[in-house]
Amino acid sequence: MTAPPAIVATDVRRVYELDGVSVAALRGVSLTVQPGDYLAIVGTSGSGKSTLMHLLGGLDRPTGGTLLIGGRDVATLTPAEMSRLRNETIGFVFQSFHLLSRTTARDNVALPLVYRGVGRRERRARATAMLERVGLGHRVDHRPNQMSGGEQQRVAIARALVTGPSVLLADEPTGNLDTTTGQSVLALLESLNADGVAVVLVTHDREVADRARRQIVMRDGVIVTTAPPPPVDAEAR
Amino acid sequence: MRLAEAWRVAVDALRANRLRSVLTMLGVVIGVAAVVALVAIGTGTKQQIEQQVEGLGSNLLIVVPGRLEAGAAPTASTMTLDDVDAVTRVVGDRSRVAVTIQSGETVRAGSRSSFASMQGVLETTPTVFVRRLDRGSYFSRSDVSTGRRVAVLGAAVARQLFGERDPIGRQITVGGVRFRVTGTFEQLGQSLGVDRDSEVHIPVTAAQRLLGTDRIDGLAIRAPDRERIDALGAAVVAALAERHPDTDFSAVTQEQILGVLGDILGVLTGVLAAIAGISLLVGGVGVSNIMLVSVRERTREIGLRKAVGARPRDIGVQFLLEAVLLTTIGGLLGMALGISAALLVDRLSPVPAAITWWSLTLAFGVSATVGIVFGVVPAQRAGRLDPVVALRTE
Repeated sequence: MTAPPAIVATDVRRVYELDGVSVAALRGVSLTVQPGDYLAIVGTSGSGKSTLMHLLGGLDRPTGGTLLIGGRDVATLTPAEMSRLRNETIGFVFQSFHLLSRTTARDNVALPLVYRGVGRRERRARATAMLERVGLGHRVDHRPNQMSGGEQQRVAIARALVTGPSVLLADEPTGNLDTTTGQSVLALLESLNADGVAVVLVTHDREVADRARRQIVMRDGVIVTTAPPPPVDAEAR
Repeated sequence: MRLAEAWRVAVDALRANRLRSVLTMLGVVIGVAAVVALVAIGTGTKQQIEQQVEGLGSNLLIVVPGRLEAGAAPTASTMTLDDVDAVTRVVGDRSRVAVTIQSGETVRAGSRSSFASMQGVLETTPTVFVRRLDRGSYFSRSDVSTGRRVAVLGAAVARQLFGERDPIGRQITVGGVRFRVTGTFEQLGQSLGVDRDSEVHIPVTAAQRLLGTDRIDGLAIRAPDRERIDALGAAVVAALAERHPDTDFSAVTQEQILGVLGDILGVLTGVLAAIAGISLLVGGVGVSNIMLVSVRERTREIGLRKAVGARPRDIGVQFLLEAVLLTTIGGLLGMALGISAALLVDRLSPVPAAITWWSLTLAFGVSATVGIVFGVVPAQRAGRLDPVVALRTE
């Protein structure tokens, strides 16, 4: 692959200070997300996988090691620059969807474009197009409470994609959905991946993780296995 | 984020909690309304008093016994009509000198009666002060020198005694003594808290006989022009002091009276505005409080907005606009309420009210400022929220 990696984490550490006690959530994690990757991060609760996802998505900063997102070292960025970086390179999909409840599907999808300074008319056009792509062209004016869980998650995916990010970070995207709906959401993510967007799934569900091309298993703040072995590039250990 | 977008979000947020927004606004509405209404009443009162003092006529010099100082007790007059002659010699023109001796007396006409302020005056009164007659004529110099029992009635007295009938030529009694009505004054209204329509003017000589005295209470002089007013005042005071070595005399001009009254009323208006301002401040604290609640309630929303690219500043501006919107809408409603209240007071009570542009501009500016000042802390708090923590909040 000639394109530069989307995310490069080198010996990344994250220590939380809780009431004067230091808790190490990540204790040296190295990881590369390539463009077009399909990666699952697996681990039990408390393994550090959520912390890792927050770091990979630029929501948080490491307390040690280096983290490059889109080629930029997050340690050198201001909070405002981090916001811009997230807006341009990362799309988030959450377990609980995180849609604005009083807002239509279209305006929810258009939200990231608001912070990019895109005009209202173009925002709505792009949001509508994105909703059509996730199969919700008929639901643009519905509010979240008028939609099923699967539909809400599709809206969230459309929102994550509307800015054309290079990486989609999905935190337990099927966690609040029944099996069938979960399968169709995963299928959607995979079709997007086939179009070139790197997908990073964070999950504790082995069945979901097994669909990814690569798996990283976390335990106690470190990567314990990388399986199945990466088909193309060798993972730095 | 574009500002227009931030406005839209702020309006949406306020709409989502209509009752809460309205209640929060109410504090600001009441504060601004109180400021506008009280300043209007203070200003109106001041303007009315200034008009009344100016309405007495220009270049007026009022001479009273005693010193005109704050806290000085009024001094009983020792002046007589001889003093008036002396003053007239100083002034050089009798038509510019007016005197009064006053007393509250019951005035009767047939079975009707009225309590009036009886004023013993010279025939010069209508020219020294501005007093226009409605009917009949004022009394003459010979009426004064002979102490003829003739009277000119204030509008209210004439109405009470005679209703719609023409009082000219009719008999009345003042303090039990018979007088003949020669004229009535035009309606004047209140002046400095005195109902000037309940006056009855009679020749000063007749009044002195009625009251059994040869004194007068005070005198007033209309100076020929503004430049000579102070010199004239000093000359008159000197002439009187020569005749009454034991008494102090003071000559005050309208400007001095206006200055003192204006100062007092200015302070009063300021105190009223300050009291109203405190309620506006309390309203602002309410806004701050609700904004903090709003930030806490919408922590997840803030986290999500940050995740998709909102900068701390975007979030801060959004919440600040929400606070400013609350207080400016509240300010506009408060202005409307304050104006209505002031107009109502003006219409329905004797208290005058005058709405001034500066008070409206000030009230609106203050309410917007209150929004900024009391919105800043919640907005900063929202802007600084850690997106990871915010997204995790349930």
